[in-house]
Amino acid sequence: MDLDPVLIGRWQFGITTVYHFWMVPLTLGLGMLVAILQTMYHRTDNEVYLRSTKFFGKLFLINFIMGVATGLVQEFQFGMAWSEYSRFVGDVFGAPLALEALLAFFLESTFLGLWIFGWGRLPRAVHLGSLWCAVIGSWLSAYFIIVANSWMQHPVGVEMVDGRPVMTDVWAVLTNNTAIAAYTHTLCGALAVGGSFLLGISWYHLYRRRKDGIDTIGENKKVIVGSAPDVPGRDALDHEVWIRTLRIGAIVGIIAFAGVAITGDVQAKLMFEQQPMKMASAEAACHDGTEFSVLTIGDPSSNDCKGVENVFEIPGLLSFLAKGDFSTPVHGVKTLLPEYQAKYGTHLPDDERYGQHAGEKIDYQPIMIVTYWGFRMMIGFGILAAGVCALGLWLTRKGTVPLSPWLMRGFLLAITAPFIANSAGWIFTEMGRQPFVVAPNPAQLDGVYMFTQAALSPELTPGMLLFSLISLSLVYGVLMVVELRLLTVYIRGGVASAMPELNATNHTPRITNDDDVLSFAY
Amino acid sequence: METLATIWFVLIIVLWMGYLFLDGFDLGVGMLMPIFTRDERQKRVLLNAIGPVWDGNEVWLITAAGATFAAFPHWYASLFSALYIPLTLCLLALIFRAVSIEYRGKGHTKVWKSFWTWAMALGSAGTAFFIGAMLAITSSGLPLNENGDLVGGAFAWFGWPTIIGGLGGLGFTFVHGLIYLGLKTEGDVRKKAQRWAKRAMLPCAIPFLIWFGLAIAHRTWLVVIVAVTVAALIAAFAAVRAGAEKRAFVFHGIYLVAGLAAVFAGAYPNVLPSTLDPANSLTIASASSSDYTLTVMLVVTVICLPIIIGYQIFSYRMFLGRIKETHIPEAHRVPVAIRS
Repeated sequence: MDLDPVLIGRWQFGITTVYHFWMVPLTLGLGMLVAILQTMYHRTDNEVYLRSTKFFGKLFLINFIMGVATGLVQEFQFGMAWSEYSRFVGDVFGAPLALEALLAFFLESTFLGLWIFGWGRLPRAVHLGSLWCAVIGSWLSAYFIIVANSWMQHPVGVEMVDGRPVMTDVWAVLTNNTAIAAYTHTLCGALAVGGSFLLGISWYHLYRRRKDGIDTIGENKKVIVGSAPDVPGRDALDHEVWIRTLRIGAIVGIIAFAGVAITGDVQAKLMFEQQPMKMASAEAACHDGTEFSVLTIGDPSSNDCKGVENVFEIPGLLSFLAKGDFSTPVHGVKTLLPEYQAKYGTHLPDDERYGQHAGEKIDYQPIMIVTYWGFRMMIGFGILAAGVCALGLWLTRKGTVPLSPWLMRGFLLAITAPFIANSAGWIFTEMGRQPFVVAPNPAQLDGVYMFTQAALSPELTPGMLLFSLISLSLVYGVLMVVELRLLTVYIRGGVASAMPELNATNHTPRITNDDDVLSFAY
Repeated sequence: METLATIWFVLIIVLWMGYLFLDGFDLGVGMLMPIFTRDERQKRVLLNAIGPVWDGNEVWLITAAGATFAAFPHWYASLFSALYIPLTLCLLALIFRAVSIEYRGKGHTKVWKSFWTWAMALGSAGTAFFIGAMLAITSSGLPLNENGDLVGGAFAWFGWPTIIGGLGGLGFTFVHGLIYLGLKTEGDVRKKAQRWAKRAMLPCAIPFLIWFGLAIAHRTWLVVIVAVTVAALIAAFAAVRAGAEKRAFVFHGIYLVAGLAAVFAGAYPNVLPSTLDPANSLTIASASSSDYTLTVMLVVTVICLPIIIGYQIFSYRMFLGRIKETHIPEAHRVPVAIRS
């Protein structure tokens, strides 16, 4: 068998990480929104916010646990599959992971447990505070893991001792400009996910209320809110829950998009400096120039710039994105390639730690079709998500949604747009870093970089890697089906699925002498 | 250098002690789910006895792994890559354990419930087995070459330490879960847990006692600590017989802590010995990070760990009190808010 273990290892890391990062942005974004909703309830005592908190809190938890479960794999697999990488970077890379556990995960997990079981048992303020602690914990965890990732994109705060980077300045690592930009960008992306989630689901319920004849449209085109005692939870207040969360979601989605755009611009300018090859291949820019490619055809996968043809370009835009003016040419792949070869060599060292790749010619150019389209999918789906939010606001200005099943399906489907944008962005930035696992910092020419081909655990065989790749993928696949099914069931149940007391048909209280039945139990 | 690395070695062992002491009972309760009782409401008593706290307990494992990476990257890299197959299975077990706790109550068919019941049991058992095995293996060693890589194929890690550590992990968490249920529940569950704990405690302790006792081979004076372990186990057993649950829980903890202390004091200064050549062994000096990294992490840990322990105690106090069957609300069926 001629399977390349590095390739299987990369597929495994990619699959498990992209999967994990479907749960994470929803946890980050929705968690914050639920905390805000509960704060509104705490302040106003308005039951609308209590219901919103309970309903979206339930969906949050169904998703949260999957993030926890798949996050464990992340923590272990650096050592399991990438032991050479772990040895090389351990002095600096392990610290943020340990900090993440100490400062973030304990906070998040302990207080989320308090929140889940604390309804009616904790004082209200303590209960609300628990949720905030959990949300702050999850936002902190995102910071630390992005600090770790950003060090791989742009190593700082180290010096080389005996061939390994040794941390000399933890503050420089924690305030890496790459990390600050990526962290704010990721949080805005996560809020976009949370906003679209609220918008799509609330749209569905407003549609159901109209379809079931509960809400109608009056003479003045405004909604006439009704109630249906025979359907669990469908009272007049229910309408208010959905229209309000719909608007909150849409507005958050739009604001988050503005944040994504601003932080993304900062990030792009840093990337032009720090990883010029990544940006050049994101643009399929073979030659120096100022033009931003709107559409490039040909065969970018050939990776030699021969078949690539830029069909439609906007002059000056690329320079603006990169440097802030319209005329400074941005270096293309053809210019950068010799620079990289001069700095980091043309061939991998003929060393056994490179395994079957020892002595191979180094391909400094990332897979162009992935970087080019990854970059564009990120931007495109981000814009789409924000556009849907704006459209949603406008279409619901009369107080409810149009009675159109296709619009309803469209808005539900649009929940996936910010997810796709998030995944595309990460795939772009991680694959764009290749062939490095630790990209060199051009400002610090001190040998702090590592080729991915040297990072894998030497004792691993393709069979071992395939075993874990296949078993994890199968389990992940099954769990995805289960999670989506559960989410569907709970979404269809409406608020009553999170508040049994709203379910009139459920009123068969057990006869018991104990009056302290838990308000929540698994 | 040596002092800092030694402090970190102790801290990491403390994290493992914390993990087994805390999540140990969650794993035990998880294993008991399918076998302890047929009654659905009693099963839910078990589940809710650990419900609010298990996730916070699991973080001790994440922290132990993360701290090992930060403080001893070579230890982390060699151990985790050498145990590639067993840790993959351990991760699958942890995934099923976590998801089952949250998802079990969210469906109502028989198949759904029994699937997640068994997922929780096997997930808990798998976790207990492989974590126990991993700790035993890191104390006894692996065939490592001079780079710290496993030699001899995908299963070269397998041997007596795997079995003793694995079974020991199963035995300890099983009994620990029973003691916890005695402490945390009321009624039939409590009585039954006490009965089971009485019968299971001593046989379940055999593998760990063997492992703990082997420490004496490295340093004779450790016989004192091993004696403490045995005494604590006997005291725990006496407490279980007397129905003194708190005392049993505490002494069962001392038994674990003293035992692990003996094992790793015996292994010191090795963190992962090589069975091929002592020169290849990873020690606290050869495996550790730089003094700077160790110092930074130590400062953070010294500040954070007491705070963490503080709010975890707060969390336990908030859910103080025994759970009984009458506390468990009616299973909530999710309605469908759709007409027609």
